[in-house]
Amino acid sequence: MTERRAIELPVVGEVTRRTVMKAGAATLGLAAWATALRPLVEWADDQNVDDFLQKHYRELTPSELQDVLNRLTDDARRETGRPVVIRDHKPLPGVVFAYALNLSICIGCRRCAEACHRENNHDRATHQSYIRVFEMQKGGIDFERGTADYHHPVRAKDKYYMPVQCQQCENPPCVKACPIEATWQEEDGIVVVDYNWCIGCRYCEAACPYHARRFNWEKPRVPAEEINIQQSYLSNRIRPQGVMEKCHFCLHRTREGRLPACLEACPTGARVFGNILDPQSEIRWVLENKRVFVLKEELGTKPRFYYFFDK
Amino acid sequence: MATSGATNYFRFLRQALHVATEGGWLFYTWMFVLTAVSLVGANAWAFQVRDGMIRTNMTDHVSWGLYIANFTFCVGLAAGGVMMVIPAYLYRDQEMHDVTIIGEIVAIAAIVMCTLSVIVDLGRPDRLWHMIPGLGKFNWPISMLTWDMIVLNVYLVINLHVVGYLLYTRFRGRTPNPIWYVPFIFVSIFWAISIHTVTAFLYCGLGGRPFWNTALLAPRFLASAFVSGPAFILLVMRVVRVGSDLPMHPGPARLLVQIIRVASVVNLLMLISELFTIFYTGAGHAASARYLYFGEDGHRALVPWIWSAISLNLVGTALFFTPAALRRGTTRVIACLLVLVGIWIEKGIGLIVPGFVPSTLHELIEYVPSVTEWKITAGIWAFGLLVLTVMLKVTIAVFTQEMKLPSHAAAER
Repeated sequence: MTERRAIELPVVGEVTRRTVMKAGAATLGLAAWATALRPLVEWADDQNVDDFLQKHYRELTPSELQDVLNRLTDDARRETGRPVVIRDHKPLPGVVFAYALNLSICIGCRRCAEACHRENNHDRATHQSYIRVFEMQKGGIDFERGTADYHHPVRAKDKYYMPVQCQQCENPPCVKACPIEATWQEEDGIVVVDYNWCIGCRYCEAACPYHARRFNWEKPRVPAEEINIQQSYLSNRIRPQGVMEKCHFCLHRTREGRLPACLEACPTGARVFGNILDPQSEIRWVLENKRVFVLKEELGTKPRFYYFFDK
Repeated sequence: MATSGATNYFRFLRQALHVATEGGWLFYTWMFVLTAVSLVGANAWAFQVRDGMIRTNMTDHVSWGLYIANFTFCVGLAAGGVMMVIPAYLYRDQEMHDVTIIGEIVAIAAIVMCTLSVIVDLGRPDRLWHMIPGLGKFNWPISMLTWDMIVLNVYLVINLHVVGYLLYTRFRGRTPNPIWYVPFIFVSIFWAISIHTVTAFLYCGLGGRPFWNTALLAPRFLASAFVSGPAFILLVMRVVRVGSDLPMHPGPARLLVQIIRVASVVNLLMLISELFTIFYTGAGHAASARYLYFGEDGHRALVPWIWSAISLNLVGTALFFTPAALRRGTTRVIACLLVLVGIWIEKGIGLIVPGFVPSTLHELIEYVPSVTEWKITAGIWAFGLLVLTVMLKVTIAVFTQEMKLPSHAAAER
């Protein structure tokens, strides 16, 4: 007893020694937590406060939006060394877009998917695209007997080809699902995503019946020289990590009166795009004169993407 | 001058901290291991935030996996606690009344695990503030996810209030005033049902996913929750009985076993009904179920999982029906463990993943969780058990009067 007391300082009694040990353990514990979470610090270095505090796209005043566009453009130029221009394209009044695809003449060459890949600055390594082309068995429209994984010269015997991308539903389940309105339908019918607002919960991806949505599992990487520098806030600017994206009918082109990249790339003319409110448009002619159908009509999503057979 | 409420509350917290960090070597080992596993999980999550969700094995085809599976199970665990409250308050079972607080504590720990499971599933956890009503944009009442967020958070607050109030009044040596907690208890009964119903609505409301798009999903969720919840509570009660001086009467445990017996049969019945509808009708809608139970085109990743779950559930249920399950002993513990693991698989991986396989365009892309996902999920469980252990320690200390307001402070009131 006396020996032990001699070794210890007088103030360190039985109870306090325990307290000291607990304090030591607590300190060690805190240090361990700090070490475990260190990768977060590396990640935080790449983030900036303006990005973090940015309001929802639709809440931004015109001047705030301009500031955001300037900031994103500066960031993109610094990162890529290319003269990137990020603009904002608003829907045109009196326009509702629709797409039609002629299954009789589609040859399944997948040039549309490739054009989308380049136009929209998709991640190169994963060869991402908003379009998947299915090789289907003649005799039905049954995806169970189709495959997107075909590697032989097209067209193959007894097959036809069915490109699928966002159906731009009039009644979009993905928009209903989103808990924070990070995705919505614009006046011209295009469903868009605010990449700076999405929290990446992927509920919309579960809700979509057409496998149209894509998630950025990591930061998309595109070699600087391959970047399409004509970009738009709601469409093809390079997406941040951890957010959703989807086909936006190339709104940075179509809202300027041009055609979507997938249509321009199609060698057979299978694709028809236009304003359904315009009685003179080709899309109106197709809808009025061809027997068109939509995918999964029974779900009540009312797609604005139509398919038809010519013969 | 009387001691102020704030001072007393500070005393409560200080004593709680003391009690929660005192124990034998077994306790310290347990806490050390849980902390270590939590750290492994936190570290894996930090890497996932830095490098992206690419560290998981989820894809655009199977876009939810282990995290959401575990989330779904934990919601059931949280809802199951109410099965102690109903007999205690609706049927005035006095013995059950004394131990309902255990069910409420389990519910709190389970909701903590739910919240963590959702946060680790987010691609952008830094933007979580976008979900705060008023500050962000809250898509209520359209999005079912906003409903789920509301019901889970309110359930957490109700249980925190009831547990906190009961412990603190007992700590002060007073009798709890029913006005301050009984109404909340009754609200919590409905609320427990709602958290699991709304969580089922998350999935069954999606028309594009036929595997989930069934009206039977919410009832099945509830039935399995009333097996897994009581089973987990039975295990906790045993630990409390063996590891502390708090008396545990045999009555409540027996009642919980009876509840499990009924709920597990109802659950099984609904499963059979579901399977009949799917397989007898056949057609494309059966593809996910075929994949889950038998494999499809040589893809069989989930087949061993689901048959393990079915075996565990059947054996566990059978054990619960033996007379031995009504007595204290190993049979009951084994039965609890079996059904817990069985339901964790059935309602977790076995429910979430087949919703995505085959994909909405019938592509068969399989999913097996990555090491990162396992680490993070283990970390969430460890953290949940850590929270549970601390709350149990404090509860036991208050109920055994090891922890109480010093008599001079109580006298001054």
